[in-house]
Amino acid sequence: MLEIRWHSRAGQGAVTGAKGLADIIASTGKHVQAFAFYGSAKRGAAMTAYNRVDDKEILNHEKFMKPDYVFVIDPALVYTTDVTINHKDNTKYIITTHMSTDELKASQPKLADKEVYTVDCIKIAQETIGRPIPNTPMLGAFMKISGMYDIEFFKDKMKGVLSKLPQKIIDANMQAIQRAYDEVK
Amino acid sequence: MAFEKMKLKEIEVWDGNMAASHAMRQVQIDVVSAYPITPSTPIVENYSKFLADGYIEGEFMMVESEHAAMSGCIGASAAGGRVATATSAQGLALMMETLYQASGMRLPIVLNIVNRALAAPLNVNGDHSDMYLTRDSGWIHFDAYNPQHVYDLNFIAFKVAEDHDVRLPAIVSQDGFMTSHTAQGVRTLDDDTAYNFVGEFKPMNDMLDLDHPVTHGVQTEEDWHFEHKARQHNDLMTKVFPKIEEAFDAFEKLTGRRYNIVETYHMDDAEVAIVCMGTSVETAAEVAKELRENEGIKAGVIGIRVLRPWPYKQLQEVVKNLKAVATLDRSSPNGAPGMLFNEISGVVINLDKRPVINNYIYGLGGRDLTKVHVAEVFRDLKANADAGKLTTPTQQFIGVRGPKLSYL
Repeated sequence: MLEIRWHSRAGQGAVTGAKGLADIIASTGKHVQAFAFYGSAKRGAAMTAYNRVDDKEILNHEKFMKPDYVFVIDPALVYTTDVTINHKDNTKYIITTHMSTDELKASQPKLADKEVYTVDCIKIAQETIGRPIPNTPMLGAFMKISGMYDIEFFKDKMKGVLSKLPQKIIDANMQAIQRAYDEVK
Repeated sequence: MAFEKMKLKEIEVWDGNMAASHAMRQVQIDVVSAYPITPSTPIVENYSKFLADGYIEGEFMMVESEHAAMSGCIGASAAGGRVATATSAQGLALMMETLYQASGMRLPIVLNIVNRALAAPLNVNGDHSDMYLTRDSGWIHFDAYNPQHVYDLNFIAFKVAEDHDVRLPAIVSQDGFMTSHTAQGVRTLDDDTAYNFVGEFKPMNDMLDLDHPVTHGVQTEEDWHFEHKARQHNDLMTKVFPKIEEAFDAFEKLTGRRYNIVETYHMDDAEVAIVCMGTSVETAAEVAKELRENEGIKAGVIGIRVLRPWPYKQLQEVVKNLKAVATLDRSSPNGAPGMLFNEISGVVINLDKRPVINNYIYGLGGRDLTKVHVAEVFRDLKANADAGKLTTPTQQFIGVRGPKLSYL
C-alpha cells in the first residue's frame, strides 16, 4: 500500500491532482483511492487530499493515514499547519517553496530530521501555465523522487487525463511537469 | 435512438456520485426531477451535463425543493415513465412525506441517497441518520459500500423496482464523501449492455394510457386503507427477495460481480462478528482479516446489503452459530439502543442458541471510523465470546471526545 497526503489550499487543484494521479495509476492495473477532507472549505482555506495505491482491492475507508509521501503545494502551509502529522520514519516530503531544502529546514525545525525535497511549483506553474496551479508540476516532481513511472510515459498518460482542455493548456502542463521533474532537489 | 452513446474505459476512476450519474444515464430515464443538496449534488449536476451534451433523451426537471422533486417523480412515474432522483440529509427529510406517497401508489422510482448527517448542528458529512428515516416508508433499500456498488446496484434497483410483480420504489444509498467523493476504480458496462440488463420500461396502470383510465393517489378510510397497506407489506415480505435474488444472479452472470442480500466476510468459521453498513463494512472486513492473522480472533463481518425488506431469515442463518455480535449504528438513536441492535436482537430472539449482542454508536457527522476503533470492537467481542455474556455495557460510543460514553 502506497499512501499520499496532499496539503493545499482549496482552489489550488489538490483534489484534481489526486484524482488525476489515481486515473493514471489505475490505467496500469493497480487499485486506487483518491479523496479529500471537505467541509465548508472556501477558496484559499487549508485542506488535505489523499491517495491510496495498492496491488489488491482497497477495502480500507478510514480517513486516518500515515503517509509514505506528503505533498505540500502551497509554501505557507509548512508554517500554518503541521505537515508532519501522523508521519512514518521514512515519510518523504515534496514541498513547494522558493527556498532551498536547507533554508526550508532552517525555517521550519519540524522538517529538520525529515527526508525533504523542494521545488517551486508555484513559480513553474506561473511561468508555464500562466496561473499558480501547482498540482501537475507536483506530480512531475513526484515522478522524479519516487521513480514510479518513466516521465515520458507519465506525461503521455497525463495528456489523456487533461484531454478535454485546450491544446495550449495541455502543452503548458507538460512543460510544467517536465520542469518540476528536472528542478526538484 | 436520438441520443449519443458514450464510450467508457473498462475501468473508470469514478467517485460514487459519478458512478450513480452514469448508471442513471445508461438506463435512459424518462424523467429526473431533482433539487440539489450536498453531498448528492454532483449526481444531478453530472446528469444534467450528460443531458445538455446530448447523451440523454429524457426530461430533467429542476424544481424548487426536495418535496417538489419527489412530487415530480411521483407524477411522472404515475404517468408511465422510468423515473429517478437523488438527495441527502435535510433534502431527504423534506422529501419524507412524498416517499410514503410513492410507495403507497406503487410507483417504481429509484432514489439515490447520499448519506449525510441531519442538522442541528449543521453538517454536510456522511452518517446514516438521514437514511434511517426511510426504514418504514415502504421502499426497497440497497446499500453500497463503494463506488462500484453504487454503479451496479442502480441497475439492480431499476430492474427489481420496475418488475410488475414488485412495483415498489427503491433506494440506493452510499456514504456521503467516503463513497460519494472518493474516486476508486469502477468496472463499467457499455451503454447497450447496461441498458439491456434493465430493459425497456414497461408501464403499468399508467395515466397516459388514455384507453384504460386509472385513478392514482386515492383516499381510503377505515374501509380499505388497511388492506392497501397490508398488501404492500405482504409484497415486501414475500415478493421482493426472490426478484432481488434473480437480479443478483443475472447481474453475476453478466459481470462476474456477485451481490448478496446479506454480505459476509470471513464468516465461515467466525465466532464473533460486526454487523454494519456502508464503507464501514469494508474497513471492518480488512480489520477482521488482520486480527485473524495477528491475534487469532475468529473475526467476521456481516454487511447489510438490503436493509428493506429486512433479511430476517437470511440473517438468522448467518448469526446462529456466533458467540458474540457487535451492531454498529452510524446514527444517533437519541434515547434508545441503535436500530441495528434492535433489529438484530429481533433476528436472534427465538433461536435456540443466540450470541451475546452489543451496540456501538460511531461516525456521526462524518467522524472517522479508524481501523484501530474497529480492532477495539473485535477485542470487546472476543471478551464477550470467551465469557459467554456481556463484559461491556450494552451500548458504547466510539471516537467521541471526552469521557467514554456507555449506556445500559
